[in-house]
Amino acid sequence: MRAPTGSHIAAGEVLLAVENVSLSFGGVHAIRDVSFDIRKGEIRAIIGPNGAGKTSMLNVINGFYTPQAGQITFKGQTRSKMRPFEAARGGIARTFQNVALFRGMTALDNIMAGRTLRMHRGLFWQIFRYGPAMTEEVEHRLRAEEIIDFLHIQHIRKIQVGRLPYGLQKRVELGRALAMEPDLLLLDEPMAGMNLEEKEDMSRFVLDVNQHFGTTIALIEHDMGVVMDLSDRVVVLDYGQKIADGSPDEVKSNKTVIDAYLGVAH
Amino acid sequence: MFYREAGQFKTDYASDQAVFPILQDRIGIVVIVLAAYSLVLAQNDFLLNAMMIPFLIFTLAAIGLNLLTGYTGLLSLGTGAFMGVGAYSCYKLTTIFPGVNIIIWIIVSGFFAAFIGVIFGLPSLRIKGFYLAVATLAAQFFLEWCFIRIPWLYNYNVSAAIEVPQRELFGVIVTGPRATAETRYLIVLTIVVVMTWMASNIVHGRIGRMWMAVRDMDIAAELMGIRLLPTKLLAFAVSSFYCGVAGAMLVFLWYGGAESTVFSINQSFFVLFMIIIGGLGSLLGSYLGAALIFMLPIVLRFVPPKFGIPVHAATVEHITFMTVGALIVFFLIVEPHGLARLWQIAKQKLRVWPFPY
Repeated sequence: MRAPTGSHIAAGEVLLAVENVSLSFGGVHAIRDVSFDIRKGEIRAIIGPNGAGKTSMLNVINGFYTPQAGQITFKGQTRSKMRPFEAARGGIARTFQNVALFRGMTALDNIMAGRTLRMHRGLFWQIFRYGPAMTEEVEHRLRAEEIIDFLHIQHIRKIQVGRLPYGLQKRVELGRALAMEPDLLLLDEPMAGMNLEEKEDMSRFVLDVNQHFGTTIALIEHDMGVVMDLSDRVVVLDYGQKIADGSPDEVKSNKTVIDAYLGVAH
Repeated sequence: MFYREAGQFKTDYASDQAVFPILQDRIGIVVIVLAAYSLVLAQNDFLLNAMMIPFLIFTLAAIGLNLLTGYTGLLSLGTGAFMGVGAYSCYKLTTIFPGVNIIIWIIVSGFFAAFIGVIFGLPSLRIKGFYLAVATLAAQFFLEWCFIRIPWLYNYNVSAAIEVPQRELFGVIVTGPRATAETRYLIVLTIVVVMTWMASNIVHGRIGRMWMAVRDMDIAAELMGIRLLPTKLLAFAVSSFYCGVAGAMLVFLWYGGAESTVFSINQSFFVLFMIIIGGLGSLLGSYLGAALIFMLPIVLRFVPPKFGIPVHAATVEHITFMTVGALIVFFLIVEPHGLARLWQIAKQKLRVWPFPY
């Protein structure tokens, strides 16, 4: 698999910066004045108790929600709102907390759908299929197969994903996101509901994606062991506010974070 | 056992991406197409005129609706009207330019239907499901109204109907009352076969995956960089194109003339039932659905006389209605995903026979 291209940002520099973003739904303030950045090549964890605004943050980053205030700088381009397809075009891929696969399609087709943006033959060629459309199809099938090999899902490629067990669905979803060859990969609880072994597998995949392909990863996860082991830096949200930001060790010993998770004695 | 792919090795992805990767399927398709063409030799006007021609035309309309409803997940009740657009535009085109080959006009009228389909597909970005069905209902009523109230569309005929003029193709009469059933059948069959092949190519490629992605999870599709509105409008365009061609063929190669009532809401429901019973999101389902809904009543009508049971014609009609209704309910209970799924299950059983799994 090719390393993601199209980015002029060197490793270690800021790939995505969120500045003073606020988001509210009516009277509910999901995110209040949060700023943080994601550097190229790192694994950035976003943690926090339930309802802290983590998923909302990801939704702001890839354009599902429009924040009321603040701006997002991605690859040097600053904007107050992203549109989902613009985010995709810019190289942001994502997986969902509750698997959002195309259930009626096979695992292979799901991964191939992830390559839609990189395929260009229009209706005219698709009508004939043989010729240029087929050449393109095969070329992208090769890429899809590389991802299938990488995730060890060869045996299920022709199975409808709706019929797959949960753990494999999560893996196919990761594959679909990888098929986009993203610069930034947003993972929303990739290990939710998994047993220890599946978590270890998934952690391995996350690390491999990061190291082999150099993909920057933003990760939401509740399993603190996983978060502390995988991530380079952690940002902690609570009630929509940022309460801590730093290396896993700094965050672990942060008083506010401990209070947020364990509660404060009154 | 009879249907096993054992020994058929694929050595490149092109052959694995083929529409029919299994040899038996490919042989089967060739046999079916050849058989369909050889029906001409039967010299049976009733078989061709009353059964095969309308069956194929409705199949094409069903494929059109299936591309929209089955593959893209957009419910439409405007099929009848889009067929009407095809029929009326073909009529206008051939009366304005009588010299041009009628087959070309039948195909071109599909583009008119596609254009109208795109216009009425615009609300689909905001509304889904039943609500979209109601929006397409507006198309149905508005276009039907146009077919009645705009006399220009039927060239100010006193009867308010379109009458198919006689047209020739390489010296053979193709349309009009003097065209033979064989000629019309061959043309319908060829158009339907070619357009089915094209539909199958589209749904197996990038565009088909985009449609299905929008159907299954539009939020995730958007995240893949699929823009919802162009994708949905493309589905409306292609679907209406198919319906338009089907409508033009319905009038030019089957009825020989039609008034606006032919393209009423009943026609829309008729085609919708075909794809629901045949199988949503399956081209084969379009064929099976059209066969069940259209051909079954005709076949049933001939069962009692064959056994020498003297039944009144009206009684036969009632019995047919009841039987078809019961069969539809039966099939839906046995397999809610349509006849196409039954065929898939049967295929799987054939593969592993004589073992249970």
